[in-house]
Amino acid sequence: MTWVIHILNGIAFGMLLFLLAAGLSLIYGLMKILNLTHGSFYLVGGYIGLTVMQRTGSFVLALVVAVAAVALVGAAIERFFLRRFHLDELPQTLLTFGFLFIFADLSLWIWGGNPLMLNMPEIFQHSMPMGYYAYPVYRLFLIAIGLVVAGGLWWFQEHTRIGTMLRAGVDDAEIARALGINVSLLFTLIFAVGAGLAALAGVLAGPVLSLYPGADFEVLIFAFVVVIVGGLGSLRGALAGALLIGILDDFGKAFFPEFALFTVFVPMAVILVIRPTGLFGRR
Amino acid sequence: MTARAWTIIGCFAVLALLFMLPEVLRPYYLALVTKMLIFALFAMSLDLLLGYTGLASLGHAAYFGVAAYTIALLIVRAGVDSGLAFPVALVAAAATGALFAPLALRARGSYFLMITFALAQVVWSVAFGWRSLTNGDDGIPDVVRPDFGWSLDSTTSFYYFVLAIVGLATLLLVAIVGSPFGRALRGIRESESRMQALGYNVWRYQYVAFVLAAAFAGIAGALYAYYNRFVGPEYLYVVQSAEALIMVILGGAGTLIGPAIGAGLIVFLEDFVSSMTAHWVLVLGIIYVLVTLFAPRGLIGLVDQLRQRRVKP
Repeated sequence: MTWVIHILNGIAFGMLLFLLAAGLSLIYGLMKILNLTHGSFYLVGGYIGLTVMQRTGSFVLALVVAVAAVALVGAAIERFFLRRFHLDELPQTLLTFGFLFIFADLSLWIWGGNPLMLNMPEIFQHSMPMGYYAYPVYRLFLIAIGLVVAGGLWWFQEHTRIGTMLRAGVDDAEIARALGINVSLLFTLIFAVGAGLAALAGVLAGPVLSLYPGADFEVLIFAFVVVIVGGLGSLRGALAGALLIGILDDFGKAFFPEFALFTVFVPMAVILVIRPTGLFGRR
Repeated sequence: MTARAWTIIGCFAVLALLFMLPEVLRPYYLALVTKMLIFALFAMSLDLLLGYTGLASLGHAAYFGVAAYTIALLIVRAGVDSGLAFPVALVAAAATGALFAPLALRARGSYFLMITFALAQVVWSVAFGWRSLTNGDDGIPDVVRPDFGWSLDSTTSFYYFVLAIVGLATLLLVAIVGSPFGRALRGIRESESRMQALGYNVWRYQYVAFVLAAAFAGIAGALYAYYNRFVGPEYLYVVQSAEALIMVILGGAGTLIGPAIGAGLIVFLEDFVSSMTAHWVLVLGIIYVLVTLFAPRGLIGLVDQLRQRRVKP
């Protein structure tokens, strides 16, 4: 039974990782930008959610405000900064790193250095009986949200007009532009969506993992490992990688606490050796 | 006079100036210049990969930190003589590079960046998590400086020690960069496939460059452990890797003098800004953005631009 609990915990964490990695992967797939600010979007989103929650007591409002605010910030960064260096890897990396530092220091300034927890919304404050154990409902809710977002993103990509444009842009941005697709608007939109997803992960993580300076780097590393395993630019890869890494991480933390990251990094190294572009990545 | 002659005269002038510094500078600033020299070497070692071979690593602190930790663990935990620990640390850094290179070199571009980043974080997590060996977050104090018959405890004698080592390492780097090997690296930076077609074993060149860069970073890391007489996990952290990256870019990648100047500037700014406000990280972030927007090819690039503007009527 403990195995079931560990696997459920792993899947719940994996869903948070999926929200992060999906945005990172979408952004890379379309714009070839490796967004190092992605962890900051998560942390700042979580902090904004925390403040809204403290002021209004509404978890839903916290989610909406955090996601909208961070999506706007993301759109601005894309439009006013990253856009100038389209397909120029090094300047883009440096810019996103610069913003990482800026957000890290600003949030330390505003929210302080102590770990903060979001209050768990009341409806999730109980546990579900499961054999001899009781399992917290909130984690099941995380799994459900992850599945809903994954399904929604898939539907968006396959069955909407913008999704079709997105797939065209991923395949060949220049041809898509020539066909009359407004690729530059698409870039801003997808960057905003990715940033919003990271903020969503931040708020959702608030009640289970605490928010603290340095969490931005930590989740960024996890998101990197997920996309290295799953392959950049692929939603399926982000989901598969996130679940795998989430579960491995939970077992690692439970059984080898001092070397927890190893259970995550060793599989990553193995996959790199076998398939350098990840499980679902394209050459 | 030819440009080459001017370069040689310039080098001697800088060297003479560096020799005279202890006479004119107060110990605090002499220590700051010592730190600049150490980071100049660290930045130049990264430039061997980034500027000459065209591989942008975001995990260069791994080799810097591995050397520093090797020094500290050997001296404090094993009681090894401080001077003897230095070559061991160098080997440890190079060995880490030799181990990581095959993994990182499976990929290029963004993947290379992510993998080097992730690998460095593994090393960091070991230093951070293995408390019984490394004291985790608290770090390892009491790293004594080597004693070769004369003590390096004074600021001035340690400055000369660092100047000598960094000077020798720089000479080696200049030789490497100017050698046929260095020219091949630049060829690989411009076009891997063309060099492959010319019969160069591209992978082997990149591998050697990677290990060399790790070894030189190790020299810097070992010196920095002596400098602070302390080692902590922040030596291995991604911020250290990223600072090295901005030192190289700020100065100008693909030259040796550029990263050295970039390192000096960043170290100086860090000291200057920290003395006025606690928000050094914010300022550093803004520097990143400004450099990217206004000097994407670094200070050396700016100088070149100005020179070209003067030549044209």
